Amino acid sequence: MTLAPVFLGSLGRRRMATLFSLVAIVLGVALGMAVQAIHEAALNEFGRGVRVLAGESDLRVVGPASGFDETLYEQILQHPEIAHATPIVEVEAKLAGHEQPLRVLGIDIFTLARVAPRLLPQSQDKSDRFATLAEQSLFLSQAAQQAYGVKLGDELSVQDGSRALKLRIAGDLPGLADGQRLAVMDIASAQTAFGRIGKLTRIDLIVAKSSSPESLRRSLQGSLPAGVLLEAPEAASEQSGNLSRAYRVNLSMLAAIALLTGAFLVFSAQALSVVRRRSEFAFLRALGLDRATLIRWLLAEGALVGLIGGVIGVALGYGLAWAALQLLGGDLGAGYFSGLQPQLEFKPGLTALYVMLGLLAGLAGAAVPARQAADIAPAQALKSAGDPLMIRSQRRPWAGLLALALSLAACFIPPLAGLPLGGYAAIAFLLAGSILLLPAAAHRLTQPLAERGASVAWRLAAARLVSAPGYAVVAAAGVLTSVALAVAMAIMVASFRESVDEWLGQLLPADLYLRAGRAQSSAYLGADLQAAIARTPGIKHLEFTRHDQLRLGEGRAPVALIARPLPADGSNLPLVGQPQFSTLPALWISEAMADQFGWQPGKVVALPLGGVAREFHVNGVWRDYSRQTGALMIDLAVYRKLTGDLRVNDAAITVDDPASSEQVASRLLALAAGDTLEVARPGEIRQISLRIFDRTFAVTYLLEAVAIVIGLAGVAASFASLAATRRKEFGMLRHLGVSRTQIGAMLALEGGLVASIGVLGGLLAGGGIGLILIEVVNRQSFHWSMDLHVPWGALLLFAGSLVTLAGLAAVLAGRQAMRQGAVLAVREDW
Amino acid sequence: MQRRQFLMALAAGYGLLPGSAAAVDFAPVLAGRRLVFPDDFGAHPNFRTEWWYATGWLKRQDGRPLGFQITFFRVRTGIGENSASRFAPSQLMLAHAAIADPQLGRLRHGERAARVSFGHAGFTLGRSEVWIGDWRLAQQGDRYQTSVRGEDFAYDLAMQTTAPPLLNGLDGFSTKASDPRHASYYYSRPQLAVSGSVSLDGRAEAVTGQAWLDHEWSSELLPEGAQGWDWVGINLRDGSALMAFRLRDTSGNKQWAAASLRSTGKIDQIYKPDAVDFSPLRRWRSPRTGIDYPVAWRLKIGDREFELNPLFDDQELDSRRSVGTVYWEGAIGVSENAKPLGEGYLELAGYGEKIKVG
Repeated sequence: MTLAPVFLGSLGRRRMATLFSLVAIVLGVALGMAVQAIHEAALNEFGRGVRVLAGESDLRVVGPASGFDETLYEQILQHPEIAHATPIVEVEAKLAGHEQPLRVLGIDIFTLARVAPRLLPQSQDKSDRFATLAEQSLFLSQAAQQAYGVKLGDELSVQDGSRALKLRIAGDLPGLADGQRLAVMDIASAQTAFGRIGKLTRIDLIVAKSSSPESLRRSLQGSLPAGVLLEAPEAASEQSGNLSRAYRVNLSMLAAIALLTGAFLVFSAQALSVVRRRSEFAFLRALGLDRATLIRWLLAEGALVGLIGGVIGVALGYGLAWAALQLLGGDLGAGYFSGLQPQLEFKPGLTALYVMLGLLAGLAGAAVPARQAADIAPAQALKSAGDPLMIRSQRRPWAGLLALALSLAACFIPPLAGLPLGGYAAIAFLLAGSILLLPAAAHRLTQPLAERGASVAWRLAAARLVSAPGYAVVAAAGVLTSVALAVAMAIMVASFRESVDEWLGQLLPADLYLRAGRAQSSAYLGADLQAAIARTPGIKHLEFTRHDQLRLGEGRAPVALIARPLPADGSNLPLVGQPQFSTLPALWISEAMADQFGWQPGKVVALPLGGVAREFHVNGVWRDYSRQTGALMIDLAVYRKLTGDLRVNDAAITVDDPASSEQVASRLLALAAGDTLEVARPGEIRQISLRIFDRTFAVTYLLEAVAIVIGLAGVAASFASLAATRRKEFGMLRHLGVSRTQIGAMLALEGGLVASIGVLGGLLAGGGIGLILIEVVNRQSFHWSMDLHVPWGALLLFAGSLVTLAGLAAVLAGRQAMRQGAVLAVREDW
Repeated sequence: MQRRQFLMALAAGYGLLPGSAAAVDFAPVLAGRRLVFPDDFGAHPNFRTEWWYATGWLKRQDGRPLGFQITFFRVRTGIGENSASRFAPSQLMLAHAAIADPQLGRLRHGERAARVSFGHAGFTLGRSEVWIGDWRLAQQGDRYQTSVRGEDFAYDLAMQTTAPPLLNGLDGFSTKASDPRHASYYYSRPQLAVSGSVSLDGRAEAVTGQAWLDHEWSSELLPEGAQGWDWVGINLRDGSALMAFRLRDTSGNKQWAAASLRSTGKIDQIYKPDAVDFSPLRRWRSPRTGIDYPVAWRLKIGDREFELNPLFDDQELDSRRSVGTVYWEGAIGVSENAKPLGEGYLELAGYGEKIKVG
């Protein structure tokens, strides 16, 4: 321990470098921890909800969102392998004046008591013996009461179609977990109130003791109508987990990059510090300190920074997670877990893991410099300060080129377990390859400057960099990494945003959009209202759209079905690739369908419509940014013929005269009583969509900013640590008559040049990573393609400022060193 | 917890309590309406509440006795009668069943509840037939057949009638208070010859025995101030049968009482309140609920005096987790002048502190 002040104390003597390393590690750990903690909380909450709702059930019968025929319940009740079955009508009830729909379960208390007793309602009025069966009575969970600002005894206005209906809040759901927004009502009332007579959306089953879920699946699955299937109650939890997993992993990868940068900063700070302390180590070695102990102490320096960074990082991470949960919700605004209020929990294992990651980053950064310090021969080191940095920069480009080739190859690896692991590998290889190629590139780029430089400062700076010394490579690599990260994110987000914007334009060609509520909610436009809309004066063209959700297979998340008038060639869709035609009814699938189900144009597939499997021909693939689990589009007339369902969800209206569109809008709104109808203009929808988009990417914007700060910190740290070791050089130059200003200019140019090389490399690597993000990572994670849009202006501005700032950082770092007298500096060597 | 509270409220819905403000008109129970069979064996869905209550003594293969009980309630809720939904809860079926096993020293018990829908639960007009899932009580000609499946017990019993129905009260018009509004239609089927099988913890065995079936329906049964009741139905060994009940007020005193006695070769005798007297002989305190039940009685009917003693003391039916009530429903032996006369069932309701049903 007597050596602790010598080694660990050195961290305090180079405060700035230590601080930057620490900050990078803190940020990396904090981001990773926050992402993980938030998702853990959201998934836990979601899972808890699913468990309460599932109760004791082993299996559930599920079907399209619009429900299946209730006579199936009769069949299920008679099945000998089923001990208990409880029928459920689930409705996303549109509440007048609220955007967020309320999840209402129509339940049969008698059978539910056996299957999921915690869902049972509790009546406020204890003397009314049938209160839980009463018509138009709603039982609202605590969280839902809070969310909608109502209390027991109040009335809640819900919508069936465009009709407002008053339901009395007759009690609560005491068995539900905190934070679950849910309402329960008697199944008969729910069927009546929401126009679901004869329909069920779910039957939860307990398998007889004499049987097993597998056996029941085998005997029951065959006899279920098309589009109705059996799934385990956990399936909803798994599907939601899978859905958000890619998003979570992608965010964790960004955090990992921040952590990597932290390790890199530890490396650069340690490397330079080791050089400065050469004589110190030589003395220690001469005094009998063995090699292994020296390495251990130097590793301990890195480990200490990593440990402190890790501890502060997890604390900050929990803070960030808490703030994000308050502000954005459990999915960081991405919309995976709406209606949940997740509670942050302290996870000892996870926390320890992230502290460990911080520690590892510190250790990894310290490893190479420690080895190098230990390799120094004491006698030689005592005599001469030598090369400021011992790193042998590799000018052989083979390793770099190999890494780039591997990166390209990794792009073709298909997703593993729904995760774009190949894409991540490709990014890692591309980054590694770029850094390995940096010395050669630096040599090539600075050679001409050194030969043809106009001023002394130019030639000096360039000459110094031609040999691509270790310190310059380290600083440039730091810049390259952070620029690459920032550029890649910027290109990806810009491409995404532009593509979404164009896509919205293509999907929303009409002047006005009329709806009664969200697509999957209890709101719809009935036949009478459709006729009334069509009769409204001032309308040139009118198109209706119907939405449903279909189940296409066990273990598959529900898929959206959209029925709207479609031209034979699909020309009003944002198509990707060439369509194919046939005489069968046309089906247009989203990219997610193509990716997840392997459907391609030309394939004939069966869709369960109205409980019957119907053949469709896949005509083409269209781009869809809103439904990650997949969407199907068919013609409305075909849908109506096959299902007999005449309801629709939205009307797209083109007006005769654009100037009168507001009058038409008010006429349309007046068609239904109360404020049950909503009119939206494409501009508003676009604005809202892009706002949601920006919110979703808020985290990535933050990361971009972090990357830039880290990059600058890298340059500043490198030059700051370096300046001291170059006092001798500055002294010599002053001795030779080079002015203080000229040395300043030289340093600025050196900094600028190093940064330029890093920025250039970063731009190239970032462009490549951006492409990988767009074509591989996004495509495999979220199943959507996008067009490349490079934000040239922003990138140039960013690159320019970074180079300037780097130059400035170099000057500031050098000024310290220049303050010493020239003679003193030269003499120091003797 | 909420499950219990929910069913507490429901249990009150057996229709035994006064003062429910439903928007429908329940059929009234009127004096002078004669019971007509076989129509009146069937259900009467226009009335608020109705039950079929079978109890009896069974003899196992080795001669040891068992008691059994099965009750089906039909309740008209007044809710959703005009609903288009097949799930409309306008009629509910509730059931509970038990086996009194002296070897076990307590009851084996099970219960069911369901709305009348999808054939899962229901009743039949014109003959006694009620069911919930695989629990069933059905009349076929002169036989009643019942099947029950509980957690640790099950039984399938055939009950053969040996005599015409015993009409309680005034030709089946049974008053429960001096005000004739509080009345029910009520007949009993005593001296049913039982054969079938009982399964305890999965082990089935053949049994024989004697049973008693009550069928009663009403729209407004209990008068104000009724705290509970004591009821007994006894098959005497000479082929006679005795039914007696009394309603107690909150201080435990007789509010109303009645009895029917069928003696072989005589016209059925109906007794007025002042000719019926229940007096407790011995009390037993439940270790689970702390409730004191008078489990042994002296019962005076006219000039006859019977002594009632339980098959075993702990025949408390704790159904707080389901139907929300605790009462005593058990097999009893009957003697007169220390001479064993027969076997039957005793029901003691309303001895708990917060019991809503009676």
